[in-house]
Amino acid sequence: MSSDARSVAIAVVSTIVFIALVAVLVVNSPGWDEVRQFFFNGERFRESFPKVAEAFLVNVKLFCLAEVLILVFGLLLAVLRSLPGPAFFPIRLLAIVYTDVFRGVPTILVIAMLGFGAPVLGISGVPTSTFFWAVIALVLVYSAYVAEVYRAGIQSVHPSQEAAARSLGLSRAQTLRFVIVPQAVRRVIPPLLNDFIGLQKDTALVAILGTVEAFRQAQIDTAASFNYTAYTATAVVFILVTIPLARFTDWLIERDRRKQLAGRTA
Amino acid sequence: MALVAGGCGGADDSANEAPGGDTGAPTETVAADPCAKDQLQTTSAGKLTIGTDNPAFPPWFQDAEGAPWDPTKEPTKEGYEAAVAYAVAGELGFSDDEVAWQVVPFEQSFKPGPKNFDFDINQVSYTPKRAEAVDFSDSYYDVNQAVVALKGSKIADAASIADLADAKLGAPVGTTSYDYIVQNVKPSKKPSVYNTLNDAIAGLKAKQIDGVVVDLPTAFFMTAVQVPNGKIVGQFPAVGTQEYFGLVLAKDSPLTSCVNDALGKLRDDGTLDSLQQEWLSDKASAPVLE
Repeated sequence: MSSDARSVAIAVVSTIVFIALVAVLVVNSPGWDEVRQFFFNGERFRESFPKVAEAFLVNVKLFCLAEVLILVFGLLLAVLRSLPGPAFFPIRLLAIVYTDVFRGVPTILVIAMLGFGAPVLGISGVPTSTFFWAVIALVLVYSAYVAEVYRAGIQSVHPSQEAAARSLGLSRAQTLRFVIVPQAVRRVIPPLLNDFIGLQKDTALVAILGTVEAFRQAQIDTAASFNYTAYTATAVVFILVTIPLARFTDWLIERDRRKQLAGRTA
Repeated sequence: MALVAGGCGGADDSANEAPGGDTGAPTETVAADPCAKDQLQTTSAGKLTIGTDNPAFPPWFQDAEGAPWDPTKEPTKEGYEAAVAYAVAGELGFSDDEVAWQVVPFEQSFKPGPKNFDFDINQVSYTPKRAEAVDFSDSYYDVNQAVVALKGSKIADAASIADLADAKLGAPVGTTSYDYIVQNVKPSKKPSVYNTLNDAIAGLKAKQIDGVVVDLPTAFFMTAVQVPNGKIVGQFPAVGTQEYFGLVLAKDSPLTSCVNDALGKLRDDGTLDSLQQEWLSDKASAPVLE
């Protein structure tokens, strides 16, 4: 057997043995029957999965819309924060305070305060819809995190890049726009995607405003049946959405690495 | 108590059987009364632990100022459920200071599993599904659902269930109020479902829902105190069997029959009626939405 084929064979066999061992241990543990009834009940799963998947569309709409706004607003915040010079100090300060406040307050609080509080102010023209305020709240909170990620990216671009650009006659704004930010964003795509995955989970928090999204739908089913399998179904739905995104992130990282190493063997 | 006497009388007929027998002692086969205070298997020996939510709202519970009551603070006998709880405790033989209160969130009270209370009194309606998980006592109050809206809202003048067809209604998760919306009102818009009644009220005030469905006496408190610009649109008729509140006990609890005996006595001697008169009489009339 060639060493490649042998490695593959060992990998496959050891995986099978490992899974079999874990399965035997779990199935023979004393509480297994109850756990299975309570969390992995086949009939309950078949009942609640379609309802949860349908309610999940609300989550999808939320995170798709929010993510677009977050990427834009986060970049704006990061750029404001890195404006140099004493004249821009108030703006930098504002950006710092913003990121501190919105990373400090728990997301669910921001959603509850904006979602329940803002419509009560009765300012004419302000929408009352829970979807609107949920998007606003998520954008405000996640932009703070994403701004820091962008800032890390911007600072990781070697200062010689900026020096070179300036010496070629590009203004500060042009340097940022054509030299720094494109490089910075390329570097931080993995952490940005990471935050996007986090955002997908946090859309469940909008349930506090009464919206029936995936988690709330699972809660309704659980309250009706006293069985937690609906929660398992919700977890499965979330994981199914996360896996493609995670693999895409891995592929991006790998492609970037290959590009960076491309010239090395010459 | 009549039960104890009955217990003694029934089992004692084997005494003095042997005429002139050498054993003068009669055979003691007195059955211990399972509902005698010293026989009750309470969670805490010698005390009766009663559960309810925090805060507990009028007209069910109230503190000395008529505000919602916090079970972790000074106990209160004011409010319909507080009065019924102490009356039942009294019938079971517990004095007022042998009663301890336990905070039990509404949804936790009727879940399957062991309980940290002897009975829970918290506007929990009997449903067959819940009765599979816990024991319910007989009714201590027959109840109807009602809908509360803001004055001037589009459903404020609804006169029938048909008028609510396009309403966006709301109710807390896991309640019979939610079930009533979904099974009987069947509006075209999916109802909003909240963690607690307070959140549902917040949604109402934020005009994110048109109406909150809640039991009628609570609706009175809501419109009097929590939502002053709210009004009770009407009460819903019972569909199928009349909905009622029962005390919640652990599944197959030995206390259930004793509690039912106590409630039976309170009903027979008119105590329940007079308590309802005292606390709920002005909170039971609203137009019926057919």
